[in-house]
Amino acid sequence: MSDLLRLATAGSVDDGKSTLVGRLLYDTKSVLADTLDAVHRASADRGLTTPDLSLLVDGLRSEREQGITIDVAYRYFATPKRSFVLADTPGHVQYTRNTVTGASTAQLGVLLVDARKGVIEQTRRHAAVLALLGVPRLVLAVNKIDLVDFDEVTFSRIAKEFTAHATALGYAEDAVVEIPVSALAGDNVVERSTRTPWYDGPTLLEHLESVPVDADAHDAPFRFPVQYVIRPRTPEHPDYRGYAGQVAAGTVRVGDEIAVLPAGLRSAVTGIDTADGPLQEAAAGQSVTLLLAHDLDISRGDLIATAAQPPTVTDEFEATVCWLSEKALTPGARVLVKHGTRTVQAIVTELRTRFDEQKLASTEAPDSLSLNEIGQVAVRTAEPIPVDDYTKDRRTGAFLVIDAADGSTLAAGLVGAPLPEVDGVDSCTEGGDAALPDTHALVSPGP
Amino acid sequence: MTTATALDTLGRLESEAIHIFREVAGEFDRPVILFSGGKDSTLLLHLAVKAFWPAPVPFPLLHVDTGHNFEEVIEFRDKVVAQHGLRLEVAKVQDYIDDGRLAERPDGTRNPLQTVPLLDAITNHKFDAVFGGGRRDEERARAKERIFSLRNAFGQWEPRRQRPELWNLYNGRHRPGEHVRVFPLSNWTELDVWHYIAREGIELPSIYYAHRREVYLRDGMWLAEGPWGGPRDGEEKVEKTVRYRTVGDGSCTGAVESDAADISAVIAEVAASRLTERGATRADDRLSEAAMEDRKREGYF
Ligand SMILES: Nc1nc2c(ncn2[C@@H]2O[C@H](COP(=O)(O)OP(=O)(O)OP(=O)(O)O)[C@@H](O)[C@H]2O)c(=O)[nH]1
Ligand SMILES: [Mg+2]
Repeated sequence: MSDLLRLATAGSVDDGKSTLVGRLLYDTKSVLADTLDAVHRASADRGLTTPDLSLLVDGLRSEREQGITIDVAYRYFATPKRSFVLADTPGHVQYTRNTVTGASTAQLGVLLVDARKGVIEQTRRHAAVLALLGVPRLVLAVNKIDLVDFDEVTFSRIAKEFTAHATALGYAEDAVVEIPVSALAGDNVVERSTRTPWYDGPTLLEHLESVPVDADAHDAPFRFPVQYVIRPRTPEHPDYRGYAGQVAAGTVRVGDEIAVLPAGLRSAVTGIDTADGPLQEAAAGQSVTLLLAHDLDISRGDLIATAAQPPTVTDEFEATVCWLSEKALTPGARVLVKHGTRTVQAIVTELRTRFDEQKLASTEAPDSLSLNEIGQVAVRTAEPIPVDDYTKDRRTGAFLVIDAADGSTLAAGLVGAPLPEVDGVDSCTEGGDAALPDTHALVSPGP
Repeated sequence: MTTATALDTLGRLESEAIHIFREVAGEFDRPVILFSGGKDSTLLLHLAVKAFWPAPVPFPLLHVDTGHNFEEVIEFRDKVVAQHGLRLEVAKVQDYIDDGRLAERPDGTRNPLQTVPLLDAITNHKFDAVFGGGRRDEERARAKERIFSLRNAFGQWEPRRQRPELWNLYNGRHRPGEHVRVFPLSNWTELDVWHYIAREGIELPSIYYAHRREVYLRDGMWLAEGPWGGPRDGEEKVEKTVRYRTVGDGSCTGAVESDAADISAVIAEVAASRLTERGATRADDRLSEAAMEDRKREGYF
């Protein structure tokens, strides 16, 4: 079976993300006839002469009415080389939290720009979000290249400007690839364009099929959040007691010495069970049940980790948050933190910085963080929790900030400071949105 | 480093589904699995069994019965429930029609009528998490739904108010009266489902495989005669070799002409098919451009 690449689109509203996803699906023949008929019909109803491929992904009525994406659409397709999980995210700033949703699990971000506008505010914001979330690789798709007469100079200028921004965000040069495309006409998406003879890099699909996939962290120190204790108490299994979970990082083998955190208990793995029979070892991504040598008091919320390299157990830590709620964050806020399988009460004791993703600079000690803002904070939890740095482990370094009153998710939290120290870097803005205001006003933003 | 334990696509999907089942078991008080005996819900139950092995599945099952059933499916449903020693609740659309709480629709289709009995069952049993077999690849409105999908006190899906769903940290918090629909198969495609059914040797109702059946053509779909009615004037009954790609309300679920009598033939057929499973077999989805979204907003699966 071929391997899997998870990717998410990003970029400003109307840059052509959904059209590009539709084009990828269409040109790889991943769209079935009845779905295509429906798109042809809907396009004709809207007075279009060619099918609007964004209708393949914009699945909500209000999305189709307004011609914008509001929430993430997940699509699946496969070529003989690879399977793909595609998250098409909205570009509108109001829906950034949905972009964060799509990007949180992505291994590759496809960031679009409109060749006429180049790198604009939202491009920079999304690049920062992708960098923050640790999306390891980026494609810059310079879209609507048809509208700038397939001009090489325009492409190079945008590519250069973006590379500078991505590098400042911590991306290595070989982690970013720029491709001139027309999502509408299909140039360099699946088919190589004859209208960009100056471009000799890969088409988007060629790149997606060949880009290295960062595998699950099998070599990282072993981490296993306990989800559930399995105790059948049946005649066949009167004394069975197993700890069910999914290996979050690393590999575990029968015989391994482990620590149970936050309590700090020690034991050894005596068995790794699955419904299909016992295993000798299990690695990141696998759902298994662990059996231990000692009868310990372990329940949901505990973390089983390698005794050799346990995570830090602490009730005070530094974190970066991407704030996703209309209710602003202020110092002293009482929240819930969901980390692994444990939810604890917490206080955001301090707002250290607010990150300006336009200038790539930080403001010290802001009064608040509001919707879509990124900042560094200090967190104190009611009980100690075992944390890893997000840059070391995307699974055990991540947490949710939850509103204790209404249960809503307030923020994506990342232990440590995943964004590079970029104070003092000159912003590389040029032209951009000052000249071209975001004219795509929302029709009825809704309740 | 060794890749001996690296998961393939099906292994990943299975592991993800098991993780979701265990999260719900750990965080909710009264979960329930929607179980009709169809292929997606049978797969769902199979994964639940694996998630808690060697303990029994810690949830009951709920079937919202339209009364327009295929006999083979109901027999299969009852057999599987008995096999696993589980409790099955049945909410019957027929009861609602009999006592006037619901009225039969002019087109005779009962799929949209399932919503009220479903919501009543959720309220009466105080279910707080409801597992469904929905997959994002089924339909473009479904492609927008979260794995943990918060429903308000009326069971409604509010697409604009969906929570961000970050990494695999699911937020199942809800207020009294609200509940969460949970979709462990979100990331499976129809082909993944069949490959996995083959790999695991999962038994399904016989109507998923080719058989002879009397059918009649309506709106481009081969429908079977049943308690819901039969051919109208001008519709002619013919015997054909068919199978079902989806199983729902008999009045609006079409059969497809097929010789695929075993699982490998079904996989080959699905892989080569130029129609989606809903497009090929569900009249209810053809009602309008947003039929599925509208039903979900009303509290449908
Ligand atoms: N000429 C031209 N038009 C394009 C191209 N790609 C997209 N468009 C048009 O740009 C408009 C917006 O496209 P979408 O795909 O909806 O943009 P989007 O980035 O998904 O927008 P949001 O999801 O709302 O942020 C549509 O009218 C498309 O037809 C392109 O390559 N060339
Ligand atoms: Mg879009």
